[in-house]
Amino acid sequence: MAKIPEKELMRKGTTACPGCGAGHAMRYLLKAVGKDSIINIPACCWAVIPGVYPSRNLEIPLLYTAFETTGASSSGVRAALNAKGVDPREITVVGFAGDGGTADIGLQAFSGCVERGTDTIQVMYDNEAYMNTGIQRSGETPYGAWTTTTPVGSQKEWKKQPKKNMMEIAKAHGIPYAVTVSVGHPELMIEKIKKAKEIPGPKFVHIYAPCPTGWRSDPSNTIELAKLAVDSCVFPLYEIENGEYNIYKKPKEKTPVKEYLKLQGRFRHLPKEEVEKIQKNVDKEWELLLQKEKLMNDEE
Amino acid sequence: MSEMKIVSGNYASAYGAKLSRAEVVAAYPITPQTEVVEKIASLVAEGEMDAEFIKVESEHSAMAASIAASNAGARAYTATSAHGLALMHELLMWASGARLPIVMTNINRAMGPPWSVWADHHDTLAQKGTGQLQFFCENNQEVLDSVIMAYKICEDEEIMLPAMIVEDAFILSHTKEPVEIYDQELVDDFLPPYDPDYKLDVDQPLGFGSLGMPDWYMDFRYKIFEAMEKVPEKVEEVNKEFEEVFGRDPGGLIEEYKTDGVDVLIVTMGSISSTSKDVIDELREEGHNIGLARLRTFRPFPVEKFRELIKDVNVVGVLDRNYTFGHGGDAAREIKDAIYGYHDPIVKDYIVGLGGRDLTPKILKNIMEDAISLQDKGLDEEIEWVDLKVNQERWRR
Repeated sequence: MAKIPEKELMRKGTTACPGCGAGHAMRYLLKAVGKDSIINIPACCWAVIPGVYPSRNLEIPLLYTAFETTGASSSGVRAALNAKGVDPREITVVGFAGDGGTADIGLQAFSGCVERGTDTIQVMYDNEAYMNTGIQRSGETPYGAWTTTTPVGSQKEWKKQPKKNMMEIAKAHGIPYAVTVSVGHPELMIEKIKKAKEIPGPKFVHIYAPCPTGWRSDPSNTIELAKLAVDSCVFPLYEIENGEYNIYKKPKEKTPVKEYLKLQGRFRHLPKEEVEKIQKNVDKEWELLLQKEKLMNDEE
Repeated sequence: MSEMKIVSGNYASAYGAKLSRAEVVAAYPITPQTEVVEKIASLVAEGEMDAEFIKVESEHSAMAASIAASNAGARAYTATSAHGLALMHELLMWASGARLPIVMTNINRAMGPPWSVWADHHDTLAQKGTGQLQFFCENNQEVLDSVIMAYKICEDEEIMLPAMIVEDAFILSHTKEPVEIYDQELVDDFLPPYDPDYKLDVDQPLGFGSLGMPDWYMDFRYKIFEAMEKVPEKVEEVNKEFEEVFGRDPGGLIEEYKTDGVDVLIVTMGSISSTSKDVIDELREEGHNIGLARLRTFRPFPVEKFRELIKDVNVVGVLDRNYTFGHGGDAAREIKDAIYGYHDPIVKDYIVGLGGRDLTPKILKNIMEDAISLQDKGLDEEIEWVDLKVNQERWRR
């Protein structure tokens, strides 16, 4: 397992909420990519977290961009570096967007960037809703969750659609490398992002980043929740390298999904049968992932 | 060696970008701009142009990528038209707010519905408040010249703003004219490489475009205002320098055509100016004291220049190939705004040629004769739509 580099590129003094998973996401990401990196950040929590002008807590060049532009913005920076003769292995271009900025409003630019084979790392730090604007549902909000636009109410209007699968969307582009990582496993996260950095072409990194404010969870439970998501197979840790699946962290024994759900107020309203439904779906998706991995291994 | 080539307005744009040594081009195809993209792609493919060409998936991304490239210190160029420009709207403001000297060509085309691919200035003028400089071109040579000039103006450290070079759909974009393609060395002497003081740089890690609280935001806007105020002088200065180097006057802020001591002044923009000048000659031969001002720089609006020009004029006839609903033709409105409190001539706004409707010498002559007649009869209508189905008989007679 990779050692966590001591060098901090994220200084103190963020405006993040207590227990913010996205804060961990940025901190470890920067430790992995290092100072010779340029980061693009669209509208999202991280457009605010670095601080307001003239303060800034990141020690790498930072380009704030419009909400839907991260993929295009990364493409522009990479093109400028290419024009100046700077090798992609010399300077890493990172797009760092939330789930809405990647999977919803930014999906087109993401797709364009990946389809063109742009040598960048596109990161989706996933807190499963529009948290910066006040917890509205996104395409990455899981089934059953309360948000301010899926307010449950007497009509039981919780989120009724499944979470959008960005790993499969990335894979469908023929992306050389896509990986899920979690702030609950920082060593593995750093190891995988370091690996991504060395691979030519577009890379997708899906970071699981719990949000106590939006998930109605205790700020001290952020890491615990991230680990439970992995142990319950709600958020499996796996990579897709040139189309081949590798689940790099398999739980020895699957923790029941309800253990993960019960620590979050956003699932509090769910009746028992809904929890069972979610468990069933997690089991199905996990089995499917195992099959995909097996299929690839068998071929070899 | 400079050489004359017979090229379309679109190719003139592409050659302008090539001669300016644009380092990053990000563009998406849209009729009637496609030839710009195709020409640049082929220049790059043939090794004649040393640029990174990002074939983006939308105009929004074209401007976003240009912004990022410019922020990273590269000279960026893009081209679009009408709906593509409208899609860029958010980022046109981002480019000016971020103080990035990106130059783009916009082929003036009508906005749908109904779908139309033909000449109309509304697409460009709907973006007049975005902080972009706007130069309206009369011919293909001017298109090429303006791209080069625009970089020189925009990259000036006192300015640092983006610009739009605009040309009329098909009338210029697809019509071939002789254009002088300058010697590269000549252009290199005129336009040095882009080397901004601040850019995305791992050795000097800065943040660009962060959150500005109310105690800062307004002051940043004021800085853009200050830069914009300096543009008219800069345009004249660079125009003069351009003329010295290339032997050609691209038109500065306003091109004055036989305006000395005229009683009636006609104002035009873009390609209709050439035909209009012929009609002016005809009317002058008939004994009318009439001249023409071609409004080339719409942003910033040449307020001072109009105040000078309109001092002793009785009638100003403005030909607006655009219409802003609930407001009027943009050029006429802004001219009135500029001279308010200084001079009080009759100003009549003629709405013409929307969606590519043809403007023949006959129609133009009828418009100008109408303007002349206002000297005796006074203003009849503030705004008149010319050559509609319901009034064609009058304007085509």
